[in-house]
Amino acid sequence: MEFKTHISVRNLNVFYGDQQALKDITIDIPDKGIIVIIGPSGCGKTTLLKSFNRLIDSTDGVRVSGEVLVDGENIFDPKVEVTRIRKKMGLLSQNPYPLPMSIYDNVAYGPRIHGQKNKKELGRIVEHYLRESGLWEEVKDRLRSPASRLSVGQQQRLCLARGLAVEPEIILADEPTSALDPKSSRHIEESFLRLKERYTTIVVTHILRQAKRLADYVIFLYLGELIEHGPAEEIFENPREEMTREYMKGIIS
Amino acid sequence: MDSKRLLKDRLAGRVMFVLTVLSGLLVFVMAIGLYQRSRPILAIKSLRELLFSTSWHPLKGEFGFLPFIMGSLWVTGVAVVIAIPLCLLTSVYLSEYASRYVREWTKPLIDLLAGIPSVIYGVWGVLVVVPLIKDHIAPLFGTFSSGYSILAGGIVLAIMVFPIIIHVSSEVFRSVPYELREASLSLGATKWQTVKYVVLRKAMPGVIAAVVLGLSRAFGETMAVLMVAGNVAKVPSSVLDPAYPLPALIANNYGEMLSVPLYDSALLLASLILLAVVLFFNVIARVVLIRVERSIQ
Amino acid sequence: MDRRRIEERIFKGLMIFSTLVILSALVLILATVIVKGLPAMNVAMITQTPKGGYYLGKEGGILNAIVGSVYLAGGATVLSILVSLPVVLYLNVYAKKGSRLVSFTRFSFDVLWGVPSIVYGAFGFTIMLFFGLRASLLCGIIAVGLLVLPIMSRAMDEVIRMIPKELLDASYSLGATRFETAFKVVVRQALPGILTAVLIGFGRGIGDAASVIFTAGFSDSIPYSLLRPAATLPLAIFFQLGTPFVEVQDRAYASAFILTVVILVISVASRLLTRRFTRHIVR
Repeated sequence: MEFKTHISVRNLNVFYGDQQALKDITIDIPDKGIIVIIGPSGCGKTTLLKSFNRLIDSTDGVRVSGEVLVDGENIFDPKVEVTRIRKKMGLLSQNPYPLPMSIYDNVAYGPRIHGQKNKKELGRIVEHYLRESGLWEEVKDRLRSPASRLSVGQQQRLCLARGLAVEPEIILADEPTSALDPKSSRHIEESFLRLKERYTTIVVTHILRQAKRLADYVIFLYLGELIEHGPAEEIFENPREEMTREYMKGIIS
Repeated sequence: MDSKRLLKDRLAGRVMFVLTVLSGLLVFVMAIGLYQRSRPILAIKSLRELLFSTSWHPLKGEFGFLPFIMGSLWVTGVAVVIAIPLCLLTSVYLSEYASRYVREWTKPLIDLLAGIPSVIYGVWGVLVVVPLIKDHIAPLFGTFSSGYSILAGGIVLAIMVFPIIIHVSSEVFRSVPYELREASLSLGATKWQTVKYVVLRKAMPGVIAAVVLGLSRAFGETMAVLMVAGNVAKVPSSVLDPAYPLPALIANNYGEMLSVPLYDSALLLASLILLAVVLFFNVIARVVLIRVERSIQ
Repeated sequence: MDRRRIEERIFKGLMIFSTLVILSALVLILATVIVKGLPAMNVAMITQTPKGGYYLGKEGGILNAIVGSVYLAGGATVLSILVSLPVVLYLNVYAKKGSRLVSFTRFSFDVLWGVPSIVYGAFGFTIMLFFGLRASLLCGIIAVGLLVLPIMSRAMDEVIRMIPKELLDASYSLGATRFETAFKVVVRQALPGILTAVLIGFGRGIGDAASVIFTAGFSDSIPYSLLRPAATLPLAIFFQLGTPFVEVQDRAYASAFILTVVILVISVASRLLTRRFTRHIVR
């Protein structure tokens, strides 16, 4: 199987103070489809995800070595303009964090900071991406009310729309359903499946069944090390490593 | 043996309870005490007359507080205008931009600023700020000023309220969830855009509370202002005019007040007014801050 | 794109500039006091009381004010500890978590913290009138003690609040009473914080002028009784600076230098305390 890659990681090490969170990770992330990072909690899944758009930068005492190449460009190069990298990727975090403004402004926030001032165009963008995340019908009559009034599930879909509105190529999702009820979780999962033709979606999860429902490609991390990665069927049906097998059986979690 | 321990426990509990209630009520006791002593003057003059008359002639029995209230407002206003931009920029810098190293070095220095006694601020004001205004700033505007002025008071007060505003607003910034910044940054916003549109917006009520706390501290500050503001009982009309803020009035006349009838009552009424204003601002600010804290949890 | 980066640069520059302005204010104040005060220092300043004609420029020192201030701030600190320690322990050990009394008391300390010192002075004055006392060390101690109370209580509360609940539970499960838990476990665990709070209170007490102006009076001799008026350093500075004589004004600078050194020493000491006294602390 041939993959064209947006993101490739080369010998990535991340330290928080004396603790090493990621150990010498090297991997090419395939393009398009849903890539799921699995592994027990505290194994570095989130760190790996956040190193893709350099959000780990702002943590105190963090040290990074190695490279993350996005479209062939090492994003840890100090000369790189980090906002441009981040614009290529939408982030969905564990808990939805709507910005302290209206529903409309939440979605329009990204386009606005990138210079879109045309009201009509903004209106079109907002509607388009709210439809894309399946929220439009529920909020179209109250676009001006504060986003904090939405239910948690709706907030998460709003965050998805907000992320999509900057037209990223990649969606990063950090356990995006862990704060949601089953119905809202299904909404989010459905959105991912709908979007996977057009975006590279990288999802961190510790729910194995969710991984099985979503994944086209699986990355298994354990204590900061990359144990195994490959197409979903391969990893789930026929893992090469003993550790992966044990994890799948629920022996280590 | 055990019953003795339990008795001790219970007895101590009672004593501690009483102390707690008493110190909780202290602020009311203070207000009542001051009110009792202000009654003689309130019995013959209406509060309105006292607050809005500009005539201050204790020997003739005229006690108009307006010049002093205006003096306080002017000095406080100047201080706040100077302090707000500097403090906000600094606390944004310290909580959003600065490395931990810079933060750990800066914080104790700002604490130190808070620990300097107000007389020292006064001495510094007399030595540095007053001559600066007299020799450089006033001539710049083509006027004469002795230097002892609202501007001098405002500058000194601004420095005195830096630590409060910075401390409280930094705390408010810290309470803004990190994930909110992440959300904005991941959309490709610059750090400043994130601060401007997200952090400041979320922190706004708390920041206003911080400024109000600073403002009320400036309003009640005594010695430093007394030393640099000039103390002329006239409603000021420019920042280069001298002013006679309320706290300075109280502190400056402790000598005479027992020899002139009603003078002590007038000064204690002034203290009561001061207390009322400061309480008003403090209660509002604290309620806002408690709300902010709750909304985070 | 470029405009955003320029804006980022400008504001970051402004922020660093503001921080530097604020820090340089501190440096400027300390430098002024040192430059003006140090040359005016001499041994007599700290070993003698004012002699006749001192305020006209004749001989003497401000030992009266130094000793007066230490007595006054010391007394006020003790008074304040006697109230604030039990209150804070009550809030954190005895009282039910989140009870009305607890939040009310905390709120009222927050508010008291904002009350200007001149108001404490004025209130002290009403107490004096009430009991028919004259300006004296005792009255000064009461006024400053009240002023220091919220400062000290808040500082203590802040550290004692941080003590993990499990520690209290451990003590209770050994059969200790709340009293024993409070004074043996909590106080020991929070000791450095409590001492820091005490130092902060003492520093505030020794530096405050507005609250003692009515209540402690002023005297050229060292007070030998609680009922005698007492001089204080801040007021000594204020009076000396107010005279028209250059020699006396120089002494005001020297006095300011002494007060500043005292405050600096206290501040450094409280920093060291927080680092040092952590032997018995459970982290």
